[in-house]
Amino acid sequence: MKNEALFRYLLRLGDDSLILGQRLAEWCGHGPILEEDIAMTNISLDLIGQAMSLLDYAGVIEGKERNCDKLGLLRYEKEYVNVLLVEQPNGDFGDTIMRQFLFDAFRKPLYEKLVNSSDKQLAAIAEKSLKETRYHLKHSSEWVIRLGDGTEESHERVQNSLDTLWRFADELFYTDEVEAQLTGEGILPDLSEIKTEWESTVKHVFSEATLEIPANNWKFEGGRKGRHSEHFGHLLSELQYMQRAYPNMEW
Amino acid sequence: MKVLETTDLEQKFQDKIDREVKIEPNDWMPDAYRKTLIRQMSQHAHSEIVGMLPEANWITRAPNLRRKAVLLAKVQDEAGHGLYLYSATETLGADREATIDDLHSGKAKYSSIFNYPALSWADIGAIGWLVDGAAIMNQVALCRCSYGPYARAMVKICKEESFHQRQGYELLTTLAQGAPEQKELAQDALNRFWWPALMMFGPNDDESPNSAQSMRWKIKRLTNDELRQNFIDATVPQAELIGLKVPDENLKWNEETGHYDFTPINWDEFWQVVNGNGPCNKQRVDARRKAKEEGMWVREAALAFAEKRKKKLTA
Repeated sequence: MKNEALFRYLLRLGDDSLILGQRLAEWCGHGPILEEDIAMTNISLDLIGQAMSLLDYAGVIEGKERNCDKLGLLRYEKEYVNVLLVEQPNGDFGDTIMRQFLFDAFRKPLYEKLVNSSDKQLAAIAEKSLKETRYHLKHSSEWVIRLGDGTEESHERVQNSLDTLWRFADELFYTDEVEAQLTGEGILPDLSEIKTEWESTVKHVFSEATLEIPANNWKFEGGRKGRHSEHFGHLLSELQYMQRAYPNMEW
Repeated sequence: MKVLETTDLEQKFQDKIDREVKIEPNDWMPDAYRKTLIRQMSQHAHSEIVGMLPEANWITRAPNLRRKAVLLAKVQDEAGHGLYLYSATETLGADREATIDDLHSGKAKYSSIFNYPALSWADIGAIGWLVDGAAIMNQVALCRCSYGPYARAMVKICKEESFHQRQGYELLTTLAQGAPEQKELAQDALNRFWWPALMMFGPNDDESPNSAQSMRWKIKRLTNDELRQNFIDATVPQAELIGLKVPDENLKWNEETGHYDFTPINWDEFWQVVNGNGPCNKQRVDARRKAKEEGMWVREAALAFAEKRKKKLTA
């Protein structure tokens, strides 16, 4: 393999996009308003597109002729390395928006760094994705504020979403020898400022939304190491259904 | 005196129509014309929205990521069409919420084709090819409809629908040329969707009481039977080209008429489905009603928030 650390890093990014895109697609036809049905489908589409670019590139780096479909739709559960946050069920619209916001607030500064990667292909994917992610963050921030500072019911619901999802946020900043090696090689820029920027975004938005960050800082992780939640197998059984039921065919 | 005035307005209105001048929202129009359009356009909007459901059912199970992305984009287009059409209906004074409530109460109809289930991946191809294909036949004619906002919405919608039709056909072509299991999926989808697609054009002309008035008003440009025949003539060679068999033993090219002959349609089934007894009628309306009920708190929150911000600005 040309660069195993890069392969593993691309899978992390690609799986996050793929799994969140898959989750958002479940909303299609069932959104709370037509405009939001369109918005969530659109964001899903962007994320699936990002996953295709990232996983295709991961396949090139791996050099075993696996493309985005082989990697995206035919790995075993423990081989997926997405964070636990993105596989959490959609819940109500507040849960979906909160999950999206915590993710977008991380992805935007990450892509802003990655556009400077010394790896030209990664930098190009980041540049294209950044344009989309800026819009996603604007959309999810606005909804968090609207729901938080809307009615009593919406405030209570979205505060509840935050209380549930907060424990998954820290895993977004998980790093290990993969990032260390890529930073050493100059492929990854210094990522240490991302968390500071994320914290400042969430604090600002939650204060506008009159939401309180939970005092309980119990942190969940495992996705990056292939240890998922009970929800994940069900998601994969839909995602992989056709490839498993009708193996080795062109579609 | 008043009666005379109305007759005069009606005469001017019909003259405009005859001269192919578009009717615009603020123009005078007969109540019946307005009502017919509100009924037809809101049904059309509902069809776009309900029509998202059978296809959305397959997005999470699409066989590869490219197909997933294409299907997401397609269903999103349908949602967009629904949005334009609800807006175009509002130009006639119809209230969007009330229109949607009529769908949920069963008062308003939508295209019956969406009461059939999407059972396999091949159905996604059949829906694009046949259902969007049949819709285009109707909608191309509607681009010349006398009501301006409807005609203009149709121009944009037709461009997208025509793309959908081609993607559906391309999807089925891939299956028809694939493994035997794939070909079987494609043929099965055609078997199930062929007749319901033909029914999309509505009852035979002699059974369609509103058609004549709609033709005079140029809301409708071609009759149900003319559109259906055009669709069959265009679609049969496409099926043959990819090796699929249209499920009609009496289907035959007629040299004399220059059209295909086909078996008369089973109108009992059509009326059963229209009247609520299709395989998915209840499921579809329940899904839409549920989306609205479960989204109520979101809409209330958005309104309350907008109200608060307005107060802050004026304070």
